[in-house]
Amino acid sequence: MATDQLPNSHEDLIILKPTHGLAALNLRDLWVFRELVLFLAWRDVLVRYKQTVLGAAWAVIQPIVQMVVFTLIFSRAAGLSSEGVPYPIFNYVALLPWGLFSKAMNDAGRSLVNNRNMITKIYFPRLTIPVASVVSGLVDFGIAFLVYIGIILYYNLAPNSTYTYTITPALLFLPLVIILALVATLGVSLWFSAANVIYRDVGHILPFLTQIWFFMTPIVYSSSEISLQWQVIYSLNPLTGVVEGFRWCLLGIHSLPLPLLLVSAGVAVVILITGLIYFRNMERTFADEI
Amino acid sequence: MNDIVIHVENLGKRYRIGVSPERYKTLRDTIVAGFNAPIQKLRQRSSNSLSSTRPNIIWALRDISFDVPRGKVLGIVGRNGAGKSTLLKILSRVTEPTEGSAEIHGRVGALLEVGTGFHPELTGRENIYLNGAILGMKRVEIGQKFDEIVAFSEVEQFIDTPVKRYSSGMYLRLAFAVAAHLEPEVLVVDEVLAVGDAEFQRKCMGKMSDVAQAGRTVLFVSHNMSAILRLTEETIVLDKGHLVYRAPTAQAIDFYMATGFSGLGERAWTPEEIPADAAPFTPLAIRLRDSKGQIVDTFRSTESFRVEVEYSLSQSITGLRVGIYLLTMRGEYVFTSFDLDDLTQFDKLGIRQEGHYISHCTIPANILNEGQYVLAVNASSFRVKRYFWDDHALAFTVDATGAPGKQWPEPRMGPIRPALDWVIERL
Repeated sequence: MATDQLPNSHEDLIILKPTHGLAALNLRDLWVFRELVLFLAWRDVLVRYKQTVLGAAWAVIQPIVQMVVFTLIFSRAAGLSSEGVPYPIFNYVALLPWGLFSKAMNDAGRSLVNNRNMITKIYFPRLTIPVASVVSGLVDFGIAFLVYIGIILYYNLAPNSTYTYTITPALLFLPLVIILALVATLGVSLWFSAANVIYRDVGHILPFLTQIWFFMTPIVYSSSEISLQWQVIYSLNPLTGVVEGFRWCLLGIHSLPLPLLLVSAGVAVVILITGLIYFRNMERTFADEI
Repeated sequence: MNDIVIHVENLGKRYRIGVSPERYKTLRDTIVAGFNAPIQKLRQRSSNSLSSTRPNIIWALRDISFDVPRGKVLGIVGRNGAGKSTLLKILSRVTEPTEGSAEIHGRVGALLEVGTGFHPELTGRENIYLNGAILGMKRVEIGQKFDEIVAFSEVEQFIDTPVKRYSSGMYLRLAFAVAAHLEPEVLVVDEVLAVGDAEFQRKCMGKMSDVAQAGRTVLFVSHNMSAILRLTEETIVLDKGHLVYRAPTAQAIDFYMATGFSGLGERAWTPEEIPADAAPFTPLAIRLRDSKGQIVDTFRSTESFRVEVEYSLSQSITGLRVGIYLLTMRGEYVFTSFDLDDLTQFDKLGIRQEGHYISHCTIPANILNEGQYVLAVNASSFRVKRYFWDDHALAFTVDATGAPGKQWPEPRMGPIRPALDWVIERL
């Protein structure tokens, strides 16, 4: 016990012993290893487009092709409303956060298992792995955002376009909405990545869960199509708030969907905090169970 | 007190076995187990037998206590399954102990397996940065040591080539170079010297003694007794998860080599000694028989003897070969031989059906010099899987009475003592 009082200012003292009960969140070591997060994210980005002919162009092609397909199916064929905005823009704005979310959820969900050899051999904060997956998703998000600016410019400058884009003060809230998107993404990612170590079922669930979640989120349609009595339950999906927040900031098409946004944000924060706690508790046995 | 860098107290690690590592837990298993748990509890209460309550638990490590002062190079030896790797994994924070505690002053660097975290698609340069970061180095730090790392690894020309195009030797050199430049206060090394060519091994050994001379603490696990002897002053011996001996290295190695062999000339493996991933191969026993068929552990250099490996297969294995390695007490290899070395046998036994087998061979007379030897057993399918490996299966003694040259009572150098047809010609 006396050793506990030893001054450890000149060097680190590591105490290894079994931990019981709820694990401390201890986010400090994530900060100490922040460079590792960036390196892992950089590796993911680098590897994703190595040995592809089109390289990083895929980050542009994927959302555009999605947008075209959804426009053909849901606007032309199904005739869904897009609240006065050209449907491609209406849809693309929602695909921005959705792309970040779905990609990170799928990558992060498998990330711990994919990095199994590192986890069983070396110590480093395990949180860095799913966090890096989310960070690497931000790179694609950035590229997709540049494409968004291109699309807006096209619609404003094309000679026969009837749409003019107006910047509203709501745009100032964009960083907040992006942070909300990250909170929701990270929370869900932490849950799935930790659960996947112990239950490989997660790997099978993720693909169709992504599809179901896609249609539960107002991406191809507007949340105003949902009747009022269901709005509260509907906004329990944190992505609902994120997507409507993006539309509000970037397109200014309706007034601030405040109640919906608050409920979604609350749910997102709860998922993130419980995800962190779950991850920290499962982390102790990762090396033995993976 | 302040100069104790590692303080380990009653450390223990428990694993659940029975669930083989290939099978992942699924939700279904959890649900089924959840329904069964109350029933099993009732059953246990009625049968009231303590041993049946925890059938699948194994202590990989138990009651381990030791201190390591600053600047000490401590060797760790023990057979397969003695808990060496578990101990290193706990000290390098990969896994948590189940009981007890350990205190470590300073940064721990672990060379448990070189090249962990290397990505085949990335270039050598990119991998140096990535691997360095995983090992806990800062970007600036890696930048400063970059040239040194590249020079040490001798892959300058290929530094911008993806490592998937590297030869395995280049890959290992680069991986070790990164890890060797980590400069932690405590370095934990597991068997890295078992890889690479002789020249590279020499370089690694040099690097390790540099680390030790710089006053840093090293824990070194190896099956190579001569490496342990050269690099460490003191060694601890682990057996079945317990620390059984601690002494200056030469003494500890003699203890390790001389004891712990159950039975004379025969060794049977207990279920705890067989790793779960050995299935479908189950090793049963290894025996030594003299020319009269008696099981003995001492032979004359001038007589032949038989080595038997008994095992069973719960299902057929393609390309299985069972073989022995003969080593000296210092851990140097004398020879290796497999039961399918003969080509006609090899063609005949492509698939070994399930069943109970003995593979045996005869070591001819006039081969081994006097001294003590160790047999290691290996059962594997070449380039597919190593089912079982015990590098310390059985020891035996060779007596040189009557051997050629015994008229001079001097020890002869070298592990073999052949009877050669000398001809003396007068010209």
